[in-house]
Order: sequence, then structure tokens, then C-alpha cells
Amino acid sequence: MRAPASDLPIRFDAVTVRSGAVVMLDRMTLQIEAGAPTVLIGPNGSGKTTFLRTAMGLIAPSEGRVTWGGAENAPPLRRAFVFQRPAMLRRSAQGNLRYALAAAQIPRARHENRVGELLALVGLDGLGRRPARRLSGGEQQRLALARALARDPAVLFLDEPTASLDPAATKAIEDIIRTVAASGIKVVMSTHDLGEARRLAGDIVLLHRGRMVERAPTAAFLTAPRTAEARAFVAGELLV
Amino acid sequence: MHSDASALELILTGDPALYAIVRLSLLVSLSAVALSAIIGIPFGAFVALVRFRGREGVIVLLNTLMGLPPVVVGLAVYLALSRSGPLGSLGLLFTPTAMVIAQTILVTPIIAALARQAIEDLWHEYRDELTAMNVGPAGRVATLIWESRFSLVVTLLAGFGRAAAEVGAIIIVGGNINGYTRTMTTAIALETSKGNLPLALGLGAVLIAIVIAVNALVWVARRTGESFAC
Amino acid sequence: MLRRVLLMMFAAVLLAAPARAQDKFIVVASTTSTQDSGLFGYLLPLFKQKTGIEVRVVAQGTGQALDTARRGDADVVFVHAKSAEEKFLSEGFGVKRYPVMYNDFVLIGPQNDPVGVRGKDILAALRTIKQKAAPFVSRGDRSGTHIAELKLWRDAGIDIAAEKGPWYREIGQGMGAALNMASASDAYVLSDRGTWLSFRNRGVLAIVVEGDKRLFNQYGVMLVNPAEHPNVKADLGQQFIDWLIAPDGQKAIAGYKINGQQLFYPNADDPNA
Repeated sequence: MRAPASDLPIRFDAVTVRSGAVVMLDRMTLQIEAGAPTVLIGPNGSGKTTFLRTAMGLIAPSEGRVTWGGAENAPPLRRAFVFQRPAMLRRSAQGNLRYALAAAQIPRARHENRVGELLALVGLDGLGRRPARRLSGGEQQRLALARALARDPAVLFLDEPTASLDPAATKAIEDIIRTVAASGIKVVMSTHDLGEARRLAGDIVLLHRGRMVERAPTAAFLTAPRTAEARAFVAGELLV
Repeated sequence: MHSDASALELILTGDPALYAIVRLSLLVSLSAVALSAIIGIPFGAFVALVRFRGREGVIVLLNTLMGLPPVVVGLAVYLALSRSGPLGSLGLLFTPTAMVIAQTILVTPIIAALARQAIEDLWHEYRDELTAMNVGPAGRVATLIWESRFSLVVTLLAGFGRAAAEVGAIIIVGGNINGYTRTMTTAIALETSKGNLPLALGLGAVLIAIVIAVNALVWVARRTGESFAC
Repeated sequence: MLRRVLLMMFAAVLLAAPARAQDKFIVVASTTSTQDSGLFGYLLPLFKQKTGIEVRVVAQGTGQALDTARRGDADVVFVHAKSAEEKFLSEGFGVKRYPVMYNDFVLIGPQNDPVGVRGKDILAALRTIKQKAAPFVSRGDRSGTHIAELKLWRDAGIDIAAEKGPWYREIGQGMGAALNMASASDAYVLSDRGTWLSFRNRGVLAIVVEGDKRLFNQYGVMLVNPAEHPNVKADLGQQFIDWLIAPDGQKAIAGYKINGQQLFYPNADDPNA
């Protein structure tokens, strides 16, 4: 039924991902452990989205291996993903949640309660019956988050979850992420916003042109970056 | 049907022959659409979602078959169902069943081709989410068919329009038998060939009114459905 | 929801079909001109009332009707082209030919008869039409009417296949369509009287030649040979034939009138028909 073993640690072994002739990830080797959120930063095209998708299992490496808890090809039973532009099913908010619960093979008897809990968690209580496609951008992002959490994941991936949101909506999402992380779920996310990385991350990973340039606990990364690229990035200079 | 009466008189007096013809037209065309949907929607979903060798060729073929000439289909089905043909022992020639078969052959490619397009478009929209939610192949097909239900309804209407309008296939395989295989379109063809043009035109107006009514019904159903898009 | 409704309707069709199969019925291949005359609408209910047998008429051109019978898709064939019928018999597809009735052909043309053929002599009329290249519509569809028309050209000493010109228009369709075209183009056309009497789109057309013995149109009925096609309902089919040639059927045929005018003359007792 539901895989008891955790997907952590997620280990990349010299992973290269190519799309046609373009190298998206270049011989990446790193390991994601349980604990505080890991946040990826880096300029556009640095490979953040590709990394997240590969770590989720949506993309197969062209070279190298990805393992989840030591297993290759582990199905995403306890992983969940929030896409940058989430697609809402043509049904109500609670319909979307019920769909996700069913897809995660949660027993139907528990659906009613879970839907209520999830809506409350993401601050959408009262909007359960509204057609999901009629929610605002921020509300849809929160619903996508609730949908992902419906899977009862051990690892939650988010791809720039606040990129298209205003400050109020951004704060709402960040608060939820903080709550989720505190409940023991491993959060792996990417962001454009250095401030957001500072606010949420346990450790920060800087990507540039498909390679991992630097990785460090948040405070260390921000106050004493070791590589030139990291220093430039923290200083607010453009990395191209 | 009395040739001297106008179509309006036949409607108002509740002429049984006219109502029998209308009933048969609806029965044949709606049955053909239903059968075509049962065959065409799953097939279209399959082609949309499964990468198999020759897929591009199948898509081109489906789109081409949308334009099958009805008379050619009628002739082929006639030869197949004739007593001297391969399926003659079924005794289906000159029956409403033969008409349903011919129209199903005409309509299935339309529904399959349009369903494929609708589902493939939705697959692009939902592919990431469904993969991330670990939804299996059967679940994907069911989900996408449900999500594309409004487009699919329009597809069914296109199929119904094609079926209700055609005369070439059903007049050959049905034989336009009075009281048995005569439909609106074959009756119009007959009255025209008899020179009874006013009656033919009147029947034509009735046929158009019926098709409008079916479309209107579906539009109402669609609007109600959309407002409850749950 | 819509799909459920559709499935229910389909189920209704399926259920309806076997119910019909319990009725006694035969398929009769006949001609469009006979159907267009309205004779079947009048005769068949009388036959059904007497015997309980439903007659399903598939109306095509004579050639096509005989071919339908050759394929075994009809039980009885009822057409008006003696030579074609006898050929059908000689090929072994029919059991026996029974004469039933006759009607006549009439030459139809513009009321003002531009080339002056009005009268009683059909051969003279045809010669004049060809000579003056007057527009003439031919059915061109191997129907009984078409075969009769071709014979008349031959009897008039004209090889129409070789001597036709743009004035001769072969349309390959039924009598109603031919009359429609003649009406639309002020042309001459050979028609059976029955179709003409029921035809509504006359325009300027009228009868210009009638009464010539050569315009006589004999109808014959045959049972399709069950030895060739075992599915033929020989018993029911023969009941239909027997009724047509018996006094009951013959009287009914004579009783069919359009605008008070009798269309068909029963002659089942004529050995030469």
C-alpha cells in the first residue's frame, strides 16, 4: 500500500541531464537530508527547475544516478510537487483535494476530514465549493500546496512558489511552508528572492549553468560565501 | 404522408407518418453518435496519450477519415450486408440497424479525431500534475476525458450534425422503405424527386428545427454544468 | 448525463429491432416510378389487412431492382421491362413471370410545343425532336422507362447512342428528377402517366403525345428463386404474387385513381402480356 521507507536521503551521483544539445544539469553530485528546508537559488537557466524535477523523479538523468533512500526508480508515493504555475482541475477546490487524496490512495472514509483540515491549513476554508479555476493566483498556489500535502509526503518540492505573487500572498505561502517544515516534512524549494531564502532556508544551494557552485547553512552562506559567484550573488550583482 | 398536405399541416394534425419519420431519424442518428462515442472517445484518448510507432500516421488517417464520402460508405456497407456479401447471413440490409452501422462508420472518425485533439491539449496542461500525483494510465485517461467533457460534448454535437444531415449512406443501405427505413433526409430526397418541392422544403425546415432543438438542449445542459464546475 | 440518455436511446433501437423481426414481412424490389405513382401506398395496406404480411418496398431503377433481386436482397421483384425480366428468368434468378397490369407512357413537353410534335404518333414525334435538336431529357438509368425509351428510338430508325447531341441529356436518375429537369429547361421527356399525374412541379410542361400503342407499359412480378437464394421467403412472396393476380388484387389495382383518373389497368389474365 503506502511505502514505509522514506525517500531520504535523495542522492545525486554525477547526474547530467540534457535536453537535446543543451546541458541542463552538469555532473551534479549532492545529497539532500532530512531536516530544515533546502533552498536552491541561482539565475534563470541555472538548472533549478530541472534539479527539482529530477529530484522528484519527473526527469530521468541522461548520465549518472539518482537514488531515494538508496533505491533507484522509487515511485513518488511519499513525494509531492508544487509547480510554479499549478494546473487546477476543472472542479471545485475541494474536488481538487479529493482527487489528490484518491490519487494518493487515502481511504475515502478519511476524505471529508482531510479536505477540511487541508483547506484550513492553507487558509482557504470557506472556499471549498468555489470552482478552482476561479480562485485568485495566490489562492490557486495555496490550493496547489494543499493538494501536494494531501499526499502526506515526506518530501515536498516547490518550484518558485511565490514568483508571481504579491507580498501579502507571498507571506501567506511562506507561513504555510514554515508550518509544514516544522511538522517534519522535508522542504526542497527554489526561489529568486534571496530574502526568501534567508527567511526559510536551513541550507542554501547556489546553482549556476547547471552546476552546483556552493552549498552551505544559511547563515554561513550569507555572511561568508566562499566562491566568487556566491559572493557576487549575495552582493546583488548579476550572474550570467 | 399525404402529398397534398404542407409540412405545417402535417405537424399540426400530428400526422403519424411524419412523426414516425422524425422518430426514426433521431433514433438512427443518436444511436450512431452513441456508438461512435463509445468507440471513438477511448480510441482518441489512446492515440492522444500513448506513444506508439506509426502514431503520426494514425492521426493523419483519422483526420482524413472525417471526410469520408457518405455515398461511398453506403455502397461499401451495402455490399457487405447484401445477402451475396460477406455479412449477408445477418439479414441486416434494408433495416434501421444497417443505417446505424453506416452512420457509425461516418461519425466515429470525427469523434475520435476531435477527442484526440481535445484530450491531447489537456494532456499538455495536466501532464506535470498527473505525473507528480503518480496517477496511472487508466486514471489519466479517465481524468482527461472528464476534464475535457465540454469539448467532448461539442464533438458529439458535430457528430450528430453529420449524422442527421446525411442521406447518401442511409438511402442506399436502408432502401428508403415507407414506414420502416424512411427518415427526414431520405423523405426530403424522395419528395424532391417526385417534384413535390413545397413539401420537401417544409420537411427540410422541420429537420433544421430539430437539429437546432438538440443543439439548444445541449447548450442548456452545458451552461448548467459549467456553473457547477465541481 | 447526456451520454446516459444517448445510451438509453440506443438500447431502445436494439429492443425495437427484434420486435420488428417477429412481424411477417417480405422485401419487394420495385421501381421508383411505381412508388412515385402512389400505388403501393394504396395497395399494400389492403394486402396487409388480408394476410397480415408487411410488404417493404425498396424502390430503385428497374436495372438496380433486378440486380438487388439477383443478389438475394429481395424476395419478390415487381418491374416493367419485359425483356429484362425474361433475361432475369433465363439466368435462373426468378421462378416464373406473371403479368399484373399495364399503364402507359406519355411524351411530355413544353405547352407551346416549339418543334410541333403534338399528336398521337410517338415515332414521328421522336424523329422530329432529333431532327430539330429539341432539348430532350433521358433517364439514362436502365430503368423500365429508359429501356422503353431506347426501344422507341430504335423503332423510329434512330441509333440514339451514335446520333445524340448536346440536346439529348442523360441524367441517370429517377422519373421525378427527369421531370424536374425537363420543367427547368423546357425540354421533352418520356414519362409514365402515373408519375406525371402526381408530379407537382410542372412549370410549362404538358402531355404532347399519348395513346400510341407503342407507349404501352407492361408490369410483371416474379418470385426470386429460392434455389439460388435460400433466404428468400418463398411462401410469403408467393402469397403476395397470388393476391396481385387474383380478382381481389386486380380490382384493387383498377380502383387506384389520381384526381379521379385510373392509372393502372389490370391484365393478369392476358397470356401475351
